[in-house]
Amino acid sequence: MSSTHSSSLGRDAWLRLRANKMAMASLFLLAAVALISLLGPLLCSYSYDQQNLDRVFQSPDTTHLFGTDNLGRDLFARTTYGGRISLAVGLLATLVSLVIGVTYGMLSGYCGGRLDAWMMRLVDVLYSLPFIIFVILLMVLFGRNFLLLFLAIGAVEWLTMARITRAQTINLKNAEFIEAARALGYSHLRILFHHLLPNLIGPIIIYATLTVPAVMLLESVLSFLGLGVQAPMSSWGSLIKEGAEKMDAAPWLLFFPGMFFCLTLFALNFLGDGLRDALDPKSSKD
Amino acid sequence: MGQLTIRNLEVSFHTREGIIRAVDGIDLAIGPGEIVGLVGESGSGKSVTCNSVLQLLPCPPAQFGEGKIEWSSKDLLQLDEGKMRRIRGKEISMIFQDPMSCLNPFMTVLDQVAEPLIIHKICKPAEAKRKALEMLAKVGVHRVKEYPNSYPHEFSGGMRQRAMIAMALITQPALLLADEPTTALDVTVQAKVLSILRELCSELGVSVLFVSHDLGLVAELADRVVVMYRGKVVEQNDTASIFTHPKHPYVKALIACRPTLETSDDRLPTVEDFINPGKETEKSPTDTSPPKTSSRSAKTLVEAKRLVVEFTTDEGSVRAVNDVSIKIPQGSTHGLVGESGSGKTSLGRSLLNLIRRKSGEILFNGIPVGHKGHPHEKQFRKSMQIIFQDPYASLNPRLTIEQALVEPMIVHNLGSSKRERIKRVIDLLEEVGLGEEHLARYPHEFSGGQRQRICVARALTTEPEFIVCDECVSAMDVSVQAQVLNLLKSLQASRGLTYLFISHDLGVVKFMSDQISVMQKGQIVESGSAENIYNDPQTKYTQQLINSIPAANRSKNFSFTHPSVSPGP
Repeated sequence: MSSTHSSSLGRDAWLRLRANKMAMASLFLLAAVALISLLGPLLCSYSYDQQNLDRVFQSPDTTHLFGTDNLGRDLFARTTYGGRISLAVGLLATLVSLVIGVTYGMLSGYCGGRLDAWMMRLVDVLYSLPFIIFVILLMVLFGRNFLLLFLAIGAVEWLTMARITRAQTINLKNAEFIEAARALGYSHLRILFHHLLPNLIGPIIIYATLTVPAVMLLESVLSFLGLGVQAPMSSWGSLIKEGAEKMDAAPWLLFFPGMFFCLTLFALNFLGDGLRDALDPKSSKD
Repeated sequence: MGQLTIRNLEVSFHTREGIIRAVDGIDLAIGPGEIVGLVGESGSGKSVTCNSVLQLLPCPPAQFGEGKIEWSSKDLLQLDEGKMRRIRGKEISMIFQDPMSCLNPFMTVLDQVAEPLIIHKICKPAEAKRKALEMLAKVGVHRVKEYPNSYPHEFSGGMRQRAMIAMALITQPALLLADEPTTALDVTVQAKVLSILRELCSELGVSVLFVSHDLGLVAELADRVVVMYRGKVVEQNDTASIFTHPKHPYVKALIACRPTLETSDDRLPTVEDFINPGKETEKSPTDTSPPKTSSRSAKTLVEAKRLVVEFTTDEGSVRAVNDVSIKIPQGSTHGLVGESGSGKTSLGRSLLNLIRRKSGEILFNGIPVGHKGHPHEKQFRKSMQIIFQDPYASLNPRLTIEQALVEPMIVHNLGSSKRERIKRVIDLLEEVGLGEEHLARYPHEFSGGQRQRICVARALTTEPEFIVCDECVSAMDVSVQAQVLNLLKSLQASRGLTYLFISHDLGVVKFMSDQISVMQKGQIVESGSAENIYNDPQTKYTQQLINSIPAANRSKNFSFTHPSVSPGP
């Protein structure tokens, strides 16, 4: 490639991502899952909480595509409806933890010294709070609230992200190109966001793709505790939990939500790998 | 026994970019007790050859062609891993380049030196330790006798490399492979390690394959020199003949393009001059005619008064720069020489205000430069720049060349429009011998020499008056080094730049500088004009530095009797 046009990292990255078959397939799969989750409950003739005690534990057939559960509720409706919640929680909470964690970690690592020490001690303190007690505390203070779910999960997940970002920042901040940037008179903000951040993308993306499934599972734990998603509402996490209990009698209750969950996670991981490679200019352009 | 013969060795690497033929059919023989130097620049295939002998290359990606490596009537390329392991460290052993990372930090030095004897079942552990102590004493690592439980981190780089030599020779192998064993060491340490290596090998009758990029260094040691270029052997001959009658143009270039202490030309010859004679040397940096000397004796541009820089470590504070005063006239080059840890880098960076000074004053154009965070800081930043040692690390891998070069102009409000800035970037790239077609590329697409040119161009974007060159050619092959040095000189002539040129290589500093200061332990021990320093060194330290340079690098006409450098303490 010898074009003299200035090429932006974004455009190059998109070209490279498009060349990566696994990543593109994953992207389409994710889009499909998201679309089914959005439209599924609307297309299905049953609603997620409609009980039919005459037709409990129905195995999958043409009327109930994914079968029914112990209360005769349609599993297709419940799975797709649960997808909305799981995807929303998984992606949004990860995004929240990403923004907080990366900013916090970069600041802490870049400034160093005493500020770094204090910021990291705060992280340690938050780490040491037992998660469940933290959640119960939140419940007592704010009552039962769906938004609390994001807050609680985000508040826990950003800690590791901050740690990882800080370690990478400390590695990089003594690199000569950062020193060169200082010698050229660049401001700290410019160095942080223009020079450091793009070089941190690799590990951040990898960790983010690991965070999404962790968050989705956390959500089911919280639901079990009575915070967040409550029956008859559903989420993949809670459906899988119910399904696992009735695995012998009605394996489809585990299979379908599990399949959606796994497919999403696989796709996220492949997409994450693809994004990391695409955003690295060192990977070849064609 | 003890005869290594390499016949038609071919090694290729299968990478994403295709097949790279690193070694392309070379023949090489090392007789018993012979010391053979293998010389070539990075990427010439010398290390690959060396590693192939011990089968240390990962396969894949490495793949061997038809060739043979014969060792006492066996073909090493055909041996399986188990048989190979019995040869490694017992019959053939190896020393590596980086003494800091090739010893296990969790094992005592004594145990590590004794280990090969135990592994190859040559003797019992107790006996092995006794022998290891003996061997360590021979190479001059006496600390172990007093403190047998010392770990690698308690030793300096030179001592670690000595321990490495002891470890390699303790099994009395027939052949020693030494892959750039002194490249990471200071000149004075290098001279000591080299003399130990030479004496020990002749005492034990070990033959040596000494790999290095430095022809002058190899001349100190080798009976015979083999020169590699792009995977092929271009010339091999006994050491004296290589220097006196080089035949291949590349070998001629290697000898010519390294500045010796006697070089006084304004421009160094480069490899291209020899390989493509007549052809215009690369895109020659724009011509060098403009006024040059008028401002030479002019006013002082940079002045430091009683500068002190301290670092606090766990063990207390260390004075990296201790009460140093320096004056650099406009348009001149001030050379700064010293060994690692002498404080030369700290001095350079504190002049630029990149690290905080404890006390002292810095004047730029007569105006005091404030501490970090001073209101005029940005103005000073613009007029003072730095070029770093490692061009691989000093460019942000995620920015294109255009982005990297336009950014300083945006920050300092130079140029009014995007188009104007890009035009200036193109001009600068052409000035350093690159072109418009390189704008959209990323740093990793360039070679080391090209990257350093980009770094030079970036330093020039703010039109500085003063540039600190911090070991800026130390990581380069001599041929590339010559090009970059020529570029810096011609830029100085055309732009009237002032340099502080920091290097541990005295030949290079001498070539570049008008004035030279020698630093030791944070202080300037000697200072004067370049000629005076070399012809009439006043301090013992400076003399020692000069004497440690391999003879071939000191002067073009040297005698080939191996100098008897006294072994270190």
